[in-house]
Amino acid sequence: MRKLKVAIIGSGNIGTDLLIKVLRSPLLECKAFIGRNLSSAGMVKASSLGVTVSAEGIDYILKNPDCCDLVFDATSAKSHLEHAPILKKLNKLAIDLTPAKIGLMSVPSVNLTDSLAESNINMITCGGQASIPVAYAIGQTQTDVEYIEVVSSIASRSAGPATRQNLDEYIKTTEDGLKEFSGAKRTKAILNLNPAEPCVDMQATIFAKVKNPDIPKLSEVLLGLVAKIREYVPGYEIILGPIVENDRIVVMARVRGLGDYLPAYAGNLDIINCAAIAMAEEYARALPKTGSDK
Amino acid sequence: MNDRRIIISDPTLRDGNHAVRHELSVEQIAAYCKAADAAGVSIVEVGHGNGLGASSLQLGEARTPDHLALSTARANLTKSKLGIHVIPGFATIERDLKPALELGVDVVRVASHCTEADICERHIGFARSMGVEVWGCLMMSHMISPALLLEQARKMESYGAEGVVFMDSAGHYLPDDVRQRVELLASELSIAVGFHGHNNLGLAIANTIAAADAGATLLDACARGFGAGAGNTQIEVLVAVLERLGYSTGINLYKILDAADLAEKTLMKEVPTIKSVSVVSGMAGVFSGFMRPVTRIAQEFNLDPRDIFFELGRRKIVAGQEDIILEVAKDLALRATKGNQ
Repeated sequence: MRKLKVAIIGSGNIGTDLLIKVLRSPLLECKAFIGRNLSSAGMVKASSLGVTVSAEGIDYILKNPDCCDLVFDATSAKSHLEHAPILKKLNKLAIDLTPAKIGLMSVPSVNLTDSLAESNINMITCGGQASIPVAYAIGQTQTDVEYIEVVSSIASRSAGPATRQNLDEYIKTTEDGLKEFSGAKRTKAILNLNPAEPCVDMQATIFAKVKNPDIPKLSEVLLGLVAKIREYVPGYEIILGPIVENDRIVVMARVRGLGDYLPAYAGNLDIINCAAIAMAEEYARALPKTGSDK
Repeated sequence: MNDRRIIISDPTLRDGNHAVRHELSVEQIAAYCKAADAAGVSIVEVGHGNGLGASSLQLGEARTPDHLALSTARANLTKSKLGIHVIPGFATIERDLKPALELGVDVVRVASHCTEADICERHIGFARSMGVEVWGCLMMSHMISPALLLEQARKMESYGAEGVVFMDSAGHYLPDDVRQRVELLASELSIAVGFHGHNNLGLAIANTIAAADAGATLLDACARGFGAGAGNTQIEVLVAVLERLGYSTGINLYKILDAADLAEKTLMKEVPTIKSVSVVSGMAGVFSGFMRPVTRIAQEFNLDPRDIFFELGRRKIVAGQEDIILEVAKDLALRATKGNQ
């Protein structure tokens, strides 16, 4: 089967973990790993894996426009705002892992097919990928969804400097995603960092206020969604609920990562990467089967 | 003799909200602000128990929204400064902090768990750029060593905090623990050092005095100790003891006693006491604000709340992680069922 040629911009933890996942994919082929500094840990790792590396940033793609069909952008929201028009002009598909939110917000277990029609898609946030399927299930099964709130707990060690600087953007983007997918009137996102050792696994608790909670219906829809999520994030599980407690619907999800470049407890970083890979593979499946490209 | 001036920050209308499920009303806020202002309290802190933007299903929804609580307090404070507690991860600059500053907040206290000071950098920087007074607060500080606390406090200082308060959010410290930390911070930092005490082990006043004696100049205290769980350092007692020790607080004793009487009468369903479960929470080193949800969930799952507290302590759960109480209760209930089979 013909593989989809991809490039990764951003050589931090997310980009490097993404690279390992691309290399494992039967549908994707990494043609370039692009950062700013050839001696960074991610670049060294990529070189050691025999991947073409570049420190030229987006210029590399401008100079080598035929190197890839799809670009994963794991830089920053600010950089993606610069990259997006360039990629569009070059007719590249873009999967945006920053909170720039230019393209359609995508959650593979929920809107895989819709996303396929777009050339720039946004992976929202790690907390969004973990909680939005549950929020969507609530929106699908309950009437009058007044409010949805998501509390994510992540290990301190899994939150790098960029995450710590961008908590406000994380909150805003997650809240927008929850609202979009659930139809709730109001949404709220909260992030807790826990420094305990050994590191805690990523967890997300979803609370909802609805008129007359229908738990059997929610459980049924959730079961189907969780099965879909586990196809691309095997370490995703519902560890509590859905239950009604203190007049709220409560569901808790735990995400164990695959432990590729990042430790398994960093399920928050793993889930957004797994979701991005799932989307890219879907683009690959949609390639014309008779393509003569090699 | 002591001639050091102590600045007392009074979070009765913020921490006290924990004790009444965040239900303080506009009338209650107005009444206590007037009384504290008349007594000459330096700073009156107002808001949801977990601060700005924290009204939530996770922590409890506030009866009075932030903007209303702050505008009410502003209208009723003349000499006292208006303070807020801001935890990044809950409160954002755009949604919460900007509107609060527009309402006339004077002092912004940006708080994080004791190991996570770097999430405060942007909020501290923003508040400083708006020209208000900014302090950093390190919560649950008993969970780290004095050396690590200093490292985190230095970060707060480097971001622009003008004071750093370390909080005994679980009421776990003994006076020597406090003294040791204040001495280290005061000798190594060039900004003011403060302490926020909880009374789970009956040591809030003793710990706060230990802090003052070791060089802390910012002290937190609440009317009748109104706060989460066993309550906080009791302001009217603290003022009296500081007066006997020769510190100056600028607070009028009779008037702060009046304010405390008013607080008891108008704010509280019950005056904070050290309940048995609060002793356990202090021993276990779990945030005092967990008392209400732990008590409720223990009943729902037919568990001993003390077992939940010790398990939360073992798992090193931090303030803000109230959702984990349910998970722990579910696990304990499961273990109990298995044990009976």
